Amino acid sequence: MNAKSFKVDILARVEGEGGFGVKIKDQHVKEVKLNIFEPPRFFEAFLRGRKFSEAPDITARICGICPIAYQMSACHAVENAFGVQPERAIREMRRLIYCGEWIESHALHIYLLHAPDFLGYEDVIQMAKDHLEAVQRGLRLKKIGNAIMTLVGGREIHPINVRVGGFYKAPTKQQLQALEEDLKWARDAALETTRWVAAFTFPDFQRDYEFVALRHPSEYALNEGRLVSNKGLDIAISEYEQHFAEEHVQHSNALHSTIQERGAYFVGPLARYNLNFEKLSSLAQESAREAGLGRECRNPFQGILVRAVETVYACDEALRIIANYEMPEPASIEVTPRVGTGYGCTEAPRGILYHKYRFDERGMILNAKIVPPTSQNLKTMEDDLGEFVSTRLHLPNDRLQWQCEQAVRNYDPCISCATHFLKVRIERE
Amino acid sequence: MAPKRKPKIAVWKFASCDGCQLSLLDCEDELLAVAGAVDIANFPEASRAVVGGPYDISLVEGSITTPHDEERIHTIRRATKTLITIGACATSGGIQALRNFKDVEEYTSLVYARREYIETLNKSTPITDHVFVDYQLRGCPINKYQLVEVLSAYLNGRKPVTPAHGVCLECKRLGLVCVMVAEGIPCMGPVTQAGCGALCPAYRRGCYGCFGPKETPNTAALSTWWNQLGVSDPEIVRAFRSFNAWAEPFRKESEARER
Repeated sequence: MNAKSFKVDILARVEGEGGFGVKIKDQHVKEVKLNIFEPPRFFEAFLRGRKFSEAPDITARICGICPIAYQMSACHAVENAFGVQPERAIREMRRLIYCGEWIESHALHIYLLHAPDFLGYEDVIQMAKDHLEAVQRGLRLKKIGNAIMTLVGGREIHPINVRVGGFYKAPTKQQLQALEEDLKWARDAALETTRWVAAFTFPDFQRDYEFVALRHPSEYALNEGRLVSNKGLDIAISEYEQHFAEEHVQHSNALHSTIQERGAYFVGPLARYNLNFEKLSSLAQESAREAGLGRECRNPFQGILVRAVETVYACDEALRIIANYEMPEPASIEVTPRVGTGYGCTEAPRGILYHKYRFDERGMILNAKIVPPTSQNLKTMEDDLGEFVSTRLHLPNDRLQWQCEQAVRNYDPCISCATHFLKVRIERE
Repeated sequence: MAPKRKPKIAVWKFASCDGCQLSLLDCEDELLAVAGAVDIANFPEASRAVVGGPYDISLVEGSITTPHDEERIHTIRRATKTLITIGACATSGGIQALRNFKDVEEYTSLVYARREYIETLNKSTPITDHVFVDYQLRGCPINKYQLVEVLSAYLNGRKPVTPAHGVCLECKRLGLVCVMVAEGIPCMGPVTQAGCGALCPAYRRGCYGCFGPKETPNTAALSTWWNQLGVSDPEIVRAFRSFNAWAEPFRKESEARER
């Protein structure tokens, strides 16, 4: 049977609720729509009138999967507005907790959400019946990521220890060293993960994407850097809105982002890998080579492999930070509010997360703008689906549908994040 | 006698951040054991497979914010034997209930270009406002060990043990020095339900009430204490208006201090 139009009402194994529809007529793809029906929650509206110090904890609630990303982007934006910069030791602690989130989120996506597609299972529980060892490895890896979040942040979901200026309390070196043994195991497990994933079969698919990520002169960018792309973009994060636009489309409660001159773009692990390969640790680079990845990778289905490589990096980086750790004293710097606008952009597990806040003299938020990674990938995801389906029209609908779901899950979409953030420009100066 | 059937569990999501259902996947050590003991019938965050109702247990995350969801929760209730709400959104309306104090039309126009594309209710309300709820698990996010406790209690036909007393008792039990008395840090611990393990005070920070009001909280007395620490009324209003803003004791206190 040849493919006809179909729709997936609820897309499984993603965070949040969405679905998609593909319309096919006379053996041509007529329309692809990702429907985002996750209900709006209006964060940008109720941030108005809140104090600067509340932004990290409030915005964390946008996403239970990547709260650290929200806390980091918020802290950096506030500090940018008030003209302060925490010292090196605080910066390192921030990188460490971010590594924890990357490990936890990547392990979740690789093992629990995406691998079942490649191996033909409905979910990880079924997969565990035949691949118990791999699933146990994934769960322990995830647990170790969470252990970093819990030690540095207080808990793994919506950590409580992050504040503007730094942290409420810094862990001792001894406490961090207690993680080292597990992290060494995790690094080996991440290397094993790249080998395991490298053996999957990847559909032959690639497009000419514009990849966008942060770039830092000396490290694989997490919290700071310039926004760059493989098509010539190279801007300070404060210039974001001069280059990127958002559009509100009827079928989605998440706005679609585009680069003004060129349209759809791609953020996340694949973008970071293509733009910042040289900044990965040598072990991570080696694991990529061993897995058969080149210096560049344009196949979104191999995103799972790149996530595994980034997991190796995150474990490696966490170990480096712990080895060099000096307890920041005090754990946070003084912050004095002033009138101004601040920008923050950090690399969430799924890609760049942009925050902008405008403050009055008491540090109250006058307006806020938040652009999460998934809404930046939505248009690319739709375009991928359109092209992917057009080369596979001969497949029966159920197989085609599953492959399309897999193609969307390449982006590890977080629909809870993507919904309701991009805002209309009503600036009241 | 027929072999014992595995209990069927479903996980449902309304307006939320996904964090509370993620807590289930964060039970790394227990996940495979739990999955072996029950039949996970509906859990879209984790599985493509969908098994029809009725369900022995439904875990419900998120608050009701759209006309469609207002209907959907009734369908779920009808198909469910034991309905357990997980987290602050489902038990009190969540952070998105901040709209309840404002005009939602204004909010929509602030966030979206095309208001006509957005369907939303004026208020974000907890599940209990719509259907009968068998058990409510607090927290933003929930504590995963409490989740395992509640699940195993229901699977074994006993009552779950999740204390309704305040965070202060947790501090005392952990031997933590009171941050409010010793350091003058405003803390919501005296009016907030236990369950987190007094996390914030353990990190030398005041509790910010993410588990919602404890049983019989004296919110007015706490506000007076905060005033004495130099906290202004508008700041007190904001403190009560966070992740459990629409929970009655917190809502009433914030409204009293707004006057």
